[in-house]
Amino acid sequence: MARRKVHLYDETEIKENMSLTGRRTIAHIVLIFLTLLCLFWFYMLFINCTRSNSEIMKGFSWLPGKNFFENWKNLKNSTVDVFTGLKNSAIVSIISAALCVYFSTLTAFAIHAYNFPAKNAVYTFILMIMMIPTQVTSLGFVKFCRDVGLENSFLPIVLPSIAAPVTFFYLKQYMDSSLSLSLIEAARIDGSSEFRTFNSIVLPLMKPAIAVQAIFTFVSSWNNYYVPALLLQKDEKKTLPLLIAQLRSSDWQKFDMGQVYMCIAFSIFPVVIVYLLLSKFIVAGVQLGGVKE
Amino acid sequence: MKRVTKLLSLCLVLMMVVGMLSACGDKEEKAGSFSDGGKVLNIRVWNDEFARRMRDHMPGYTAKNPDNALEGGTLGDITVNFIQVENQGTAYQDALDAALEAQANASGDDLLDIFLVEVDYAAKYVQSEYSLDVKKLGLTDTDLANQYQYTKDAVTYNGALKGVTWQACPAGLIYNREIAKEVLGTDDPAEVQKAVSDWATFTATAEEMKEAGYYMVAGYDDTFRVFSNNVSSKWVEDGKLNIDAQLSAWVDQTKEFTDKGYNNKASLWGDTWSAGFYPDGGVFCYFGPAWFIDFSMAADTEGSIANQGGWGLCEGPQNYFWGGTWICAASGTDNAKEIVEIMKAMTCNETVMKGIVEKDGDFINHKPAMEAMAQTDYSNKVLGGQNPLPIFVAAANSIELKNLSTYDQGCNETFQAAMKDYFDGVCDYETALKNFKEDIHTKYPAISVD
Amino acid sequence: MADVQKSQKHRSVTKGKWGIIFMIPFALAFFAFQLYPLFSTVYNSFFENYKDGLNQVGPNFIGIDNYKEILSDGSLLRLAYNTLIMWLIGFVPQILISLLLASWFANHRLRIRCAGFFKTVIYMPNLIMASAFAMLFFALFSDIGPVNAMLSSMGFGTFRFFSSPWATRIIIGFMNFLMWFGNTTILLMAGIMGIDPALFEAAEVDGARPGQIFRKITLPILKPILLYVMLTSMIGGIQMFDVPQILTNGSGSPNKTALTLIMELNKHMYSKNYGMGGAISVVLLIMTAILSLLVFKFMVKKKED
Repeated sequence: MARRKVHLYDETEIKENMSLTGRRTIAHIVLIFLTLLCLFWFYMLFINCTRSNSEIMKGFSWLPGKNFFENWKNLKNSTVDVFTGLKNSAIVSIISAALCVYFSTLTAFAIHAYNFPAKNAVYTFILMIMMIPTQVTSLGFVKFCRDVGLENSFLPIVLPSIAAPVTFFYLKQYMDSSLSLSLIEAARIDGSSEFRTFNSIVLPLMKPAIAVQAIFTFVSSWNNYYVPALLLQKDEKKTLPLLIAQLRSSDWQKFDMGQVYMCIAFSIFPVVIVYLLLSKFIVAGVQLGGVKE
Repeated sequence: MKRVTKLLSLCLVLMMVVGMLSACGDKEEKAGSFSDGGKVLNIRVWNDEFARRMRDHMPGYTAKNPDNALEGGTLGDITVNFIQVENQGTAYQDALDAALEAQANASGDDLLDIFLVEVDYAAKYVQSEYSLDVKKLGLTDTDLANQYQYTKDAVTYNGALKGVTWQACPAGLIYNREIAKEVLGTDDPAEVQKAVSDWATFTATAEEMKEAGYYMVAGYDDTFRVFSNNVSSKWVEDGKLNIDAQLSAWVDQTKEFTDKGYNNKASLWGDTWSAGFYPDGGVFCYFGPAWFIDFSMAADTEGSIANQGGWGLCEGPQNYFWGGTWICAASGTDNAKEIVEIMKAMTCNETVMKGIVEKDGDFINHKPAMEAMAQTDYSNKVLGGQNPLPIFVAAANSIELKNLSTYDQGCNETFQAAMKDYFDGVCDYETALKNFKEDIHTKYPAISVD
Repeated sequence: MADVQKSQKHRSVTKGKWGIIFMIPFALAFFAFQLYPLFSTVYNSFFENYKDGLNQVGPNFIGIDNYKEILSDGSLLRLAYNTLIMWLIGFVPQILISLLLASWFANHRLRIRCAGFFKTVIYMPNLIMASAFAMLFFALFSDIGPVNAMLSSMGFGTFRFFSSPWATRIIIGFMNFLMWFGNTTILLMAGIMGIDPALFEAAEVDGARPGQIFRKITLPILKPILLYVMLTSMIGGIQMFDVPQILTNGSGSPNKTALTLIMELNKHMYSKNYGMGGAISVVLLIMTAILSLLVFKFMVKKKED
């Protein structure tokens, strides 16, 4: 009896190992396919910024052209100042992302850890804000900014990210699934003030979620065109997406898709770098999560 | 909870008050007024074309940074600023509208003085109080005598001339010489013109092209401007949407061309459309003005027809124009003197304008100068050495433009987009028309579409 | 037991003022930048308020006429259908693949090689702005683009993708999928990271299968995050705008089959029609609220099972 049982056990283990190998292979094939699908667009962008305007107008090509340096030179000598644009985009995106994640975490923590009158009503209300389409309200918003003289200022572009219901909601959900209140109780017993508890205990515990939302906010604010286009009209305040749009509305004599693609590539490059830096942090977060508690 | 409600209603009331206050600004105060003595001249533009023309040609103007004309400069002791908002979507017009409305409350250095418009939406500004009659500003009929009539018609409202331009953009039919020789037996402009002299012969030639394995035109939009420039009624008559016979003719012709394979089903500026710039594309003709020939037909690319000088130019079935930038003066400006100075120099002064031809290749808005140039041995490489000016000069003189409305931009764009579905065979004409009317009703609620 | 509960309650009430203090920045930013647009949206929906060229028409109070107009001809239903279809085409593969990937990455026995690399790469399409992405897709699927070159060389002839309603919808759905599946995977992974690894180990020691672990441990703990993904994707779907707008040049062609609700809303902005725009926004808001409520109910009920 005993021998037979051992035999059976071996068989299932072998079966399981085989199915595991099979699943591993499938997983890798799928992942490689998805990777190609994700990276192909960067290749296409690269190809297009090495080609001249008429080559691009002619259609797609698998092979790079010879106009990379020419396009770069044209872009640098054009009316758009890409370095100022880069600086502006960086200021706007970094501040937006920082404000957004810090205050969203704080707000989520307020709802998560405390009881106060009308708390549920407030929570529901914030969720409802999330459902408002931005298209119409942003026009009202821009009118409001003009009325109070905030044109050509970064303030109306970065400050609204303090109240970001979507980020708030995510962090609240994350807290629901993995921030235990006992830790906070423990800190309180140690005599830590509420604000210090938040900064020194809650924030570090929320790192993976905060990193994720920081990236999302950074990227969406980096690529944001709609509101900045309505508010920023001075050249020294324009962000990169506005410069791309500007190149695309050049007159016929100067219209150059090579330049446009070069500007797109120039805009995407820094955000890729920032993403790669932050993503290391996300991937490392796996081990962080592993050793915590 | 009660307190919250109170707070909210208070906010609501506050907002309504703010909204009403801002709505009641006295708009009319500065309408039609202008003055002198301002120290800053603000110009609204969507690209750097006009800033470069100013930098290169305006007497007495010094650019701050010669490498970037948009940084402005000085005209005497006046500072010139350019405010650029790109022409993507309605961004330029939105910003311009806001600035014009703010003009009543603006003062001194912030006052808008000059803004630029294109023909598709010129009427919106020309027919408003926000633009000034340039003759009241001080331009005389003698100053304007040499300008092409259509460039004045485009910006005239109730007898008031509301803008001027330094360019004229008469256009013609640009044909592939190789294909002309093969199918028509000649590439001589006068002979080719006989095969495209009106729409009936144009269609007959299209059939020949098809038999020889070529496309007559690249796509749907090529002939649109030719038709739409020659309408005999406006898009909107007495508040009602109106489709002119010329536009119906465009629809019928394009549908026929599509169904019979006379075109390559392309949309303007797409890759399928520009494939005809190369020998393999097999497209017999394009429609365009001088700038199109010089800058948009891939002349700088090895192997393109333009690069080999393989195009020819003839008048085509109807006269029309494409492009142009008009200079308008904003009501309430405090730099009337400088505006007149700029308008006179850039759009009336023969010496300055000849400089523009030499440096930038624009077809300038000066009849005697262009007629004189047409008589010279000027030749165009893209056109295989042909001198296009006699054809353009003739066209510019005969363009008529009397039926602009404030709704042209939206109507033209929406009509072309809606009819594309019909050409593509996705829906029938009635559905396409219904879609068009729905969209117009959405975009312009003031128009009755039934 | 009752005593403990009581004292806990007492404590969180006294600390409750901190909850309110912590919410102040959010509330201030919200009141300053979002409340005004929100109220003016609702307020304007009862007015005739648009621009005819440069002339302001209204605001004239017209009651619920705006609502009557948008709800009368059923075109809103057609747009809602378009939006739903294109959202589903993107969202179904998005949530499935994201769950699959997240569970693969979380499964230590599967030992995915270069997991860090894969995790990093899948979000990258989102770094490309929608307008640039649309330009690339346009080139790829154009009549003379590489996809058609491939079809021709296989003997199929040219397929005009952007004249076919379903091809256009599928391309838009696919683009949305590509732009957002990495985002969703990262969110789910961050959720999985938060799960105590001891739980997995214990389950494995007890001989649980990978599928069982996923169903019984991963999924329930992921529920809050899944709810988040469901809700935000749905709201994002209802507000789908930039990809179809740019790809179809705002027309929603062919024959308005790719026209979404927000694209229609955007058309009203052409004449700064705050009245009609406001009415559509309010209808969308109500629609979103109802759907969100359904998702909430559904997810919470499932939790109880």
